[in-house]
Amino acid sequence: MMNPNPANKNILLQVNGLELVIAQRTLCHQLSFELQAGQRLAVLGQNGSGKTSLLHTLINLRTPSQGDIQLAGRALPMWPKQDMARTAGLLFQTVREDMPASVHETVMLGRLPHLSGWRWETENDLNSVEEALSALELGALAQRDVSSLSGGEQQRMAIASLLAQDPLLYLLDEPSNHLDISFQIKVLQLLSSKVRLQNRALIMATHDINLAARFCDLVLLLDGNGDYQFGDTREVLTDTNLSRAYQCDVRHVETPAGILFYPIS
Amino acid sequence: MTHRRYYYLLALLTVLVLVSFAIALSSGSVPITVRDIWQLLTTSGDSVQHQIVQELRLPRALAAFVTGGLLALSGVIMQVLLRNPLADPYILGVSGGAAVGALSVILMGAAGLWITQAAFAGALLSVVIVFGLAASNGQWSATRLLLTGVVVSAGWGAVINVMLTTSTSNKVQSMLFWLMGDLSQSRAEGWHFVLLIAGLLLMLSQARSLNALARGELQAAALGVHVQRLKLLLYFSAALLTASAVTIAGSVGFVGLVIPHMLRLLGARDHRWLVPSSILLGGSFLLLADSLARTIVAPQQLPVGVLTAMIGVPAFLFILHRGRRS
Repeated sequence: MMNPNPANKNILLQVNGLELVIAQRTLCHQLSFELQAGQRLAVLGQNGSGKTSLLHTLINLRTPSQGDIQLAGRALPMWPKQDMARTAGLLFQTVREDMPASVHETVMLGRLPHLSGWRWETENDLNSVEEALSALELGALAQRDVSSLSGGEQQRMAIASLLAQDPLLYLLDEPSNHLDISFQIKVLQLLSSKVRLQNRALIMATHDINLAARFCDLVLLLDGNGDYQFGDTREVLTDTNLSRAYQCDVRHVETPAGILFYPIS
Repeated sequence: MTHRRYYYLLALLTVLVLVSFAIALSSGSVPITVRDIWQLLTTSGDSVQHQIVQELRLPRALAAFVTGGLLALSGVIMQVLLRNPLADPYILGVSGGAAVGALSVILMGAAGLWITQAAFAGALLSVVIVFGLAASNGQWSATRLLLTGVVVSAGWGAVINVMLTTSTSNKVQSMLFWLMGDLSQSRAEGWHFVLLIAGLLLMLSQARSLNALARGELQAAALGVHVQRLKLLLYFSAALLTASAVTIAGSVGFVGLVIPHMLRLLGARDHRWLVPSSILLGGSFLLLADSLARTIVAPQQLPVGVLTAMIGVPAFLFILHRGRRS
């Protein structure tokens, strides 16, 4: 070990006493957690419980009412914007496609943080775009206009763009939106393997408890009033906790694909 | 579009610019052959033909080209800033403010020189009013800016109508020409070209950020773009470009709206190419329209703004229709 001090792990993200207030509602109160390289975290909670706002706060698109956030050991406001975009990348939940653009051009935008000054895209940038397109099986659609894509294809394009951006920390807002079940699994397997093999990290806000159970090591369960639970997936995802957070009776079954939660009535 | 196709596009547009200048300089009441133009431009002499080309047609052609370029560039910027395909350089009330300035001077019967200054002052006043109202609470969204601009424009429209209805008929004639956009009295100054080139270089340096901003403000911010700073830069650049265009030729409609869209529909979406292409196409478009405006019903002249719409509408609809089919 390079570092003999076990407390000094490879912490990618550290959140301390975070306070998120939106429209006079306290969504996060004294929220603290940390995420190490190689870990995947799911953010769960009811509609409007602050999942998206939390993700936006984590890359400084929104300023928290209180608390501080350290990304790779440096406080968020201290990050130059371009450096931060190379370190943390966000998959947005909704994107309005108002202006015409091709799929290839849109995925290439992910390379923006890696280009400086007047420099044009290099072979390297083109390669990572090609790689991202083929990983999401978009090769045949590369020259299509974004507005002609289906919802699932647009989502795959947005994920490809994030792959091209190549950040250390993936922030995913509803990654499974519009995706069919095969792509839901493919995408999360792909990102998981990048997290594991390349020492990155992933945070996903999702409504799909089962995807979270299957792909994440940690869970942050927001109850929408400021209270939260944070811990290992196995500990946080229990019938009792979920029933309370979603205000709905939740049970589970064990299946060959892992644990499955389902609502009753 | 691949790089190679963009190079073809730029080459094609450069040829178009040269052809437009040739047409503009050769057409008119005194026909001059294209072959003679070069010689008339490069030699000095005091023949009638020399005077016509060097003192009448060339300055007017340059004014048309630079106006078209300024408007097209401003249109590109506005469409990204407001993320609205219907945005044009005048949407923030610049032309209305300029018109009120110019018309006041015409109404008072002052000389032509003052019209330029008054129009420029009016345009800048409108820019400041719209920005002040839209950004007063520190946050200015595209929607807020757009709404403020539309409402302020409507206000200017009312003032213009009051001026038109209360003035004498011979003044109304020159007011109408100004309102429709007219190049017959126009002379472009050196600083107009400097401004156009400065605008081009500035936008080229921001072109990649413009590509990101076209996808959305949050998206651009997440990719490391300084969104607020960029928006300020875009707003004031577009306002300045439009204000200068308006002072040369009045409110020539349609160039700023249609030219960037035509190029986008043809596949030029990357702003590193769209920005220079728009300037070239906008400039030659206005140059051709103005050549028609002064010859089509000769010896009478039409305001060029009428011609830009008459050519622009069918051309735009054709490309739009073709684009939808493919």
